[in-house]
Amino acid sequence: MDPSNSRHTNADPVLAQAARWLDEGRRIALATVTRTWGSAPRRAGSHMVIAASGDFSGSVSGGCIEGAVIRTALEVIESGEPRTLEFGVTNEMAWEVGLACGGRVHLFVEPVE
Amino acid sequence: MKAGMLYEVVAAQESGRDVVLVTRLGDGAQELIEAGVGASGLGVGGDVLADVLRVGESRTVETGGGPVFLRPYIRAPRLIVTGAVHIAQALVPMATLAGFRVTVLDPREGFATEARFPDAVLVREWPDRAMEELAPDRRTAVVALTHDPKIDDPALIAALESDAFYVGALGSRKTQGARRERLGGSGFSAEDIDRIHGPIGLPIGARTPEEIAVAVLAQVIGALRA
Repeated sequence: MDPSNSRHTNADPVLAQAARWLDEGRRIALATVTRTWGSAPRRAGSHMVIAASGDFSGSVSGGCIEGAVIRTALEVIESGEPRTLEFGVTNEMAWEVGLACGGRVHLFVEPVE
Repeated sequence: MKAGMLYEVVAAQESGRDVVLVTRLGDGAQELIEAGVGASGLGVGGDVLADVLRVGESRTVETGGGPVFLRPYIRAPRLIVTGAVHIAQALVPMATLAGFRVTVLDPREGFATEARFPDAVLVREWPDRAMEELAPDRRTAVVALTHDPKIDDPALIAALESDAFYVGALGSRKTQGARRERLGGSGFSAEDIDRIHGPIGLPIGARTPEEIAVAVLAQVIGALRA
């Protein structure tokens, strides 16, 4: 009996996807929730990995800010420099990116190279 | 992040080693610290890193070099399912999806087979022996689903003797009453036996094996996050 002999990976699925993309030689960035206030949908430590093609896996919110994070990630892949981002409450009627739930999050977006 | 660092985190998770990734947010400098080493990283003391690993929650701390983000990667919680039965066939993939490491335990011929459980660790032994090796801890849930005291009771006894965060057993109120008497006869106090969730699962009126699996998994998650 060997309980460690599992045939499914024990790694975080988002990081496992990141590793597979690196294996394929794809350029990627990793976005991580570093801090949350109020009713943020994803906990600190949540990951989202973004490839230069725009493919992504994982999430850093309930879907409200992922589009903006992808755009930043593509810039980060180009520049090779990490960035911190902050998203807060938005007026639902305004055409801006933010968290409709009323929370606030800090993100760290870094190239993986 | 260096690609090598990401591979190191993935390798640590796959081999069951707990690590914490230390990132200075100002410039992206990083260190990966192994649990138990007591080392400090980027100006964050070993005691703080040990605490982050124990709690399993990320946090940002202030240092002389600016804010530093601590991200622990710790082993996923474990679910030990006794009884490779129909409910288990629904519960195992759901629990795996929810991030649990799942072990299925059943000594009976033809039950704990790869064909029935392609994604779980399978143990075809009697629970009293198997549980000794599986050694449930405070990040382990144990559920007993066979309806057969010969198989369920030894698993439940081992669970009650451990720090398992959740113990549950399938069976009607009548079955639970009989079980209480048997376990009481084995020297467990009423308080010990109260740790067993039975009838198992949140009361959502579940009827099918799949619905019961949802009720059980929801209750296990509730205990984990309590």
